[in-house]
Amino acid sequence: MDQKMSAAAGADDAARVAEFEARIARGESIEPKDWMPDRYRRQLTRMMSQHAHSEIVGMLPEGNWITRAPSLRRKMVLLAKVQDEAGHGLYIYCGTETLGVGREELVDQLLTGKAKYSSIFNYPTLTWADIGVIGWFVDGAAIVNQTMLAKASFGPYARAMVRICKEENFHKKQGYESVATLAAGTPEQKAMVQDAVNRWWWPSLMMFGPSDKDSPNSAELMRWRVKRDTNDTLRQRFVDLTVPQARAVGLTLPDPDLKYNEETSHWEFGEIDWKEFQEVISGNGPCNRERLAARRKAHDEGAWVREAAEAYAAKRQAVDAA
Amino acid sequence: MSAATPEGWVAGARSTTATSGVAENAFFEYLLRLADDRLVLGHRLSEWCGHGPILEEDIALANIALDLIGQASMLLKLAGEVEGKGRTEDTLAYFRDTVEFRNVQLVEMPNGDFAATIVRQFLFDAWDVLVLEKLLGAKHESLAGIAAKAHKEAKYHLRHSAEWVRMLGDGTAESHARAQRALDELWPYSTELFLTDDTDRAAVAAGNGVDVEPLRGPWRQTMDRVFAEATLTVPKDGFTPRGGRTGRHTEHLGRMLADMQSLARAHPGASW
Amino acid sequence: MSDQTTTATPPNAAETQWDLWEVFTQEGEGAPHEHAGSVHATTAEHAMQNARDVYARRGKVVSLWVVPMASIVASAPSDAGPLFDPGNDKAYRHPQFYKTPRGVRGL
Repeated sequence: MDQKMSAAAGADDAARVAEFEARIARGESIEPKDWMPDRYRRQLTRMMSQHAHSEIVGMLPEGNWITRAPSLRRKMVLLAKVQDEAGHGLYIYCGTETLGVGREELVDQLLTGKAKYSSIFNYPTLTWADIGVIGWFVDGAAIVNQTMLAKASFGPYARAMVRICKEENFHKKQGYESVATLAAGTPEQKAMVQDAVNRWWWPSLMMFGPSDKDSPNSAELMRWRVKRDTNDTLRQRFVDLTVPQARAVGLTLPDPDLKYNEETSHWEFGEIDWKEFQEVISGNGPCNRERLAARRKAHDEGAWVREAAEAYAAKRQAVDAA
Repeated sequence: MSAATPEGWVAGARSTTATSGVAENAFFEYLLRLADDRLVLGHRLSEWCGHGPILEEDIALANIALDLIGQASMLLKLAGEVEGKGRTEDTLAYFRDTVEFRNVQLVEMPNGDFAATIVRQFLFDAWDVLVLEKLLGAKHESLAGIAAKAHKEAKYHLRHSAEWVRMLGDGTAESHARAQRALDELWPYSTELFLTDDTDRAAVAAGNGVDVEPLRGPWRQTMDRVFAEATLTVPKDGFTPRGGRTGRHTEHLGRMLADMQSLARAHPGASW
Repeated sequence: MSDQTTTATPPNAAETQWDLWEVFTQEGEGAPHEHAGSVHATTAEHAMQNARDVYARRGKVVSLWVVPMASIVASAPSDAGPLFDPGNDKAYRHPQFYKTPRGVRGL
């Protein structure tokens, strides 16, 4: 393209980007077939696939306790919750597919370690109490994040989030209910749940991502309405919600610096160990290798099943066409 | 939701015919059979969660597991009420030993690969639909009510497992080989589904049980039809393992229960 | 110039995750079928089962449609103007355009 044409093309692009951002500012939904800047498409694909991967990997720490659930009701509740997570991953993968990336390609990125997923799922579930605490903290944190995303600018993502938020209702509640039951139970149960809280609190705070000053993408994502609040704002909201909940059941949080600020009406909290966070998201957390190995195994061992279904369908089509 | 054990009751106490009414006890035993089939099979299916061959199947198998465990829970609750000794669905599920379980051996078989899981499910589902259809008319209202819900679910389960039998049997050479191997190994365990004894006969006489022998014919028809569509060969009848209905299980069940019951047993009397 | 209509484009890459099917659910008698999302499946029967497991397990659904994604013919966004002209200037389509005597029933 000669200079004049590329300049004209550049002006066109600038105009299109301006119109695109104006649409978003007006509160309109961007749908898959609409024109969008390449960068928007890439950011959305990244965000959505990371979210979907998190749901799928998230099935593993909780799934670890399905077979040992100590009552039939808890067994069913946990199984239903993990099943929901599979469903949520599925909704979001389907949303990503509208942007032109097949699920196979995304799965491949996850299994080869190229894609990220939420840091929290790289921690092990060591006791039954971890299950209740995960529902309370992790789903609680996810809800803070997801409520914001239900109004995201990209139609398929927002719609998936609305569906997910509806289903998410019971996840946090059942977790907190379990925690409350344990906290009011035998001395062993109370010790079990306090220990779980001590292990999951800080990783849960890390779920909200780096501090705003260390988040380069934030401003652009906010302009494109795929992020409505900053990491620090969301993290603070979560802390403010959760501290009273812990007190209500007689549990302490492992932060000696936790202090209510009367002026700001917020709970001040201590420094997060960002070194730990970096280690975990770069693949050196306690369970990263196990999580990916489990997903790889399921994928590899399932290949013959997926192929069988394809082969069967092809034979049926041939029969129907004849 | 409490798994509390009542005063003075020792974990693992066996039910006997000597201390309770024979009729109640027979009905209690019969309910355990229905319940344990579902509890064990539902538990086995739940082991797949997070490890299925594709996301859609993780969801499907979890659905079936939830249905079965839900049915088991209702049946165990009813069994506890019929027994009249204060045992709940949880005390029955978590505090009975292997020899007190009353499921057929088929359902305690390990999951194996996906083909083995599907074949095991199909053999059971085709039987289950027939049995539940008969239980719709049970004299005991609660049992009839449970059967009504379970029957709807079982029809769906059968649809799912039959379709997968076809997809695997008539899929690729590999899936066909795996499905045939699974069928060869599991087929002998289906015989037990059609055996009857005094407990069954007492339940039938009271209007609350199903005579399973006549169900063999229609069940076999379903087998023949679906396996033919799946290009699979029905094995010859030969080895006929049995004993689950009276607590004589394979070694698989003990290991499964060790996993399932470990936490509850570590905290007897606790609420969850 | 884009076509007036386009068939939905399936994603690329070697796929062992099965074909994409769009799912529509009807939540209650007389309600319209609404787009719920999609599932991966091979045959129609398979798609129906997967759709039921993924989108109808909370029990409010009374009817399900599954459609292979490639069968869906969608309007192009550039058509939005002419295809969906709101017709505010076509007042004759609205009941308020017509003056009728008061008190006459059944109108």
